[in-house]
Amino acid sequence: MSIILRTENLCFTYGAGTPFEKHAVKNVNIDIKKGEVIGVIGHTGSGKSTLMQMLNGLIAPTSGRVLLDGKDIHENKKELRGVRFRVGLVFQYPENQLFEETVRKDISFGPQNMGLPSEAVEKRVKKAAEFAGLKEELLDRSPFDLSGGEKRRAAIAGVIAMDPEILILDEPTAGLDPMGRDVLLSQIEAYHKARNNTVLLVSHSMEDIANIADRVLVMCEGDCVMFDETHKVFSRAEELEKMGLRVPQITKITTELRRRGVPLSEGILTVNQAFEEIREILRREGKI
Amino acid sequence: MIRDIAIGQFYPANGILHKLDPRVKVLMLIGFIVLIFCTFNFFALGLVALTVVAAMFLSKVPIKLYLKSMKAIIIVILITSLLNLFYGSGEVLCQWWIFKITYGGIYNAIFVAVRIISLVIISSALTFTTSPTDLTDALERLMKPLSVFKIKTHEIAMMMTIALRFVPTLLEETDKIMSAQKARGADMESGNLLKRIKALVPVLIPLFVSAFRRAYDLAMAMECRCYQGGKGRTRMKQLKTSKRDYVAVLISLIILAGVIICNILL
Repeated sequence: MSIILRTENLCFTYGAGTPFEKHAVKNVNIDIKKGEVIGVIGHTGSGKSTLMQMLNGLIAPTSGRVLLDGKDIHENKKELRGVRFRVGLVFQYPENQLFEETVRKDISFGPQNMGLPSEAVEKRVKKAAEFAGLKEELLDRSPFDLSGGEKRRAAIAGVIAMDPEILILDEPTAGLDPMGRDVLLSQIEAYHKARNNTVLLVSHSMEDIANIADRVLVMCEGDCVMFDETHKVFSRAEELEKMGLRVPQITKITTELRRRGVPLSEGILTVNQAFEEIREILRREGKI
Repeated sequence: MIRDIAIGQFYPANGILHKLDPRVKVLMLIGFIVLIFCTFNFFALGLVALTVVAAMFLSKVPIKLYLKSMKAIIIVILITSLLNLFYGSGEVLCQWWIFKITYGGIYNAIFVAVRIISLVIISSALTFTTSPTDLTDALERLMKPLSVFKIKTHEIAMMMTIALRFVPTLLEETDKIMSAQKARGADMESGNLLKRIKALVPVLIPLFVSAFRRAYDLAMAMECRCYQGGKGRTRMKQLKTSKRDYVAVLISLIILAGVIICNILL
């Protein structure tokens, strides 16, 4: 797979030269391949959000480069807006950005800014609303009349409507109920499968990450401390716990079972996977 | 860019001015502002300017920050000085068409410039060295005599505290919303004036919505903690004057005397 996004020695410092100076991101080098789903984890203030905002050029790095298809995104200031259409970023609590009279108008804000003709915009709005799981009749309502979960979806649809090659979601499930989380995640997954785009998902839920991510990026105090395949990252439970993170519950259980001599494989990530393996073991032992 | 606004910002440091009682600082500031406008010759003005410079160094705040707060008003200073330059009386130095420059004009221009600069620096020295809560506490105490006239001093002070408290929050929020809209391709940096004003709508509406939401939340939180206005409310941090404050007042009085002497004798 070809590399679509790459960072070179990326650094960012807030308030340089003041007593509030803070190195938010330190020397991050990552490669992101086309079509990958990347989970980003790290405790609060570890620099995840800053890093995400640098990837689409909202924050200019203090030093280092962000390369999109091998081209420095800050090379030409005029093309920066184009970069943002290609790298779509959904902020934390994106419902706070809704502003139009109707949901339809709000979702079309992005595609309109791209300069698309109105029929194309209309098409994209419909598609995006469908992907985000918004019912058609909601489109003509005011975004401020929607429920919390619906607002969130409308806001995400607003970014999806730009049809970005890389979709970055910064804690999209924060503050949603369990049902809302599951639905939203499966929609993101479905969108990824349909479009085969690249997805970066920032989340505090290790279960979510384990379910969806191909690779996991771990941030700690502004450093990128791990960037590897999901099962490899989650097999380093002790290191993660030292950083204030944890592994998915099912991984913890299966690791403990392994330690006690149950022949399970390393780095089990989902309940389904664990279920299959345990059934296999029981069958071999003739217990079922 | 929006974070770069320097006026009215608190700068934590460990200077002498930081440790003074905020009430004393506010009173000193008021006195000093009056003093700035009571300088009638260069000696008095020089003394005032010297005091300003001294305050600047005593505050232990980087000079760069003072310069930053000056940046916003540099045009005001230039324009007023220029106007004053041409409206003077006395001996004419040079003349061109209807413009003439006189000694009196130069004198006025320098006075106005030094006065405004002193005003800004000394006020910044107060806000740089006093945290917003201390400042409003001090103002509440100082306004207390006004309650004789049924003015709700506590409510005014509370409103000021809340307003000051929310300035950075709303700035941060603005930054965030702007970023979010930019991520959707909003273009706020180009186009003519009308276009730029239009581009602000996607920022202003969410900002208002969130400001109202915060206001409701805050009101609710205050009621949950049984806030009922100033009556019977006690403070955890009592303002206390110490020896340091008396010394500061004494120095201020000496400067005052100095300016009066300069005005009369020189």
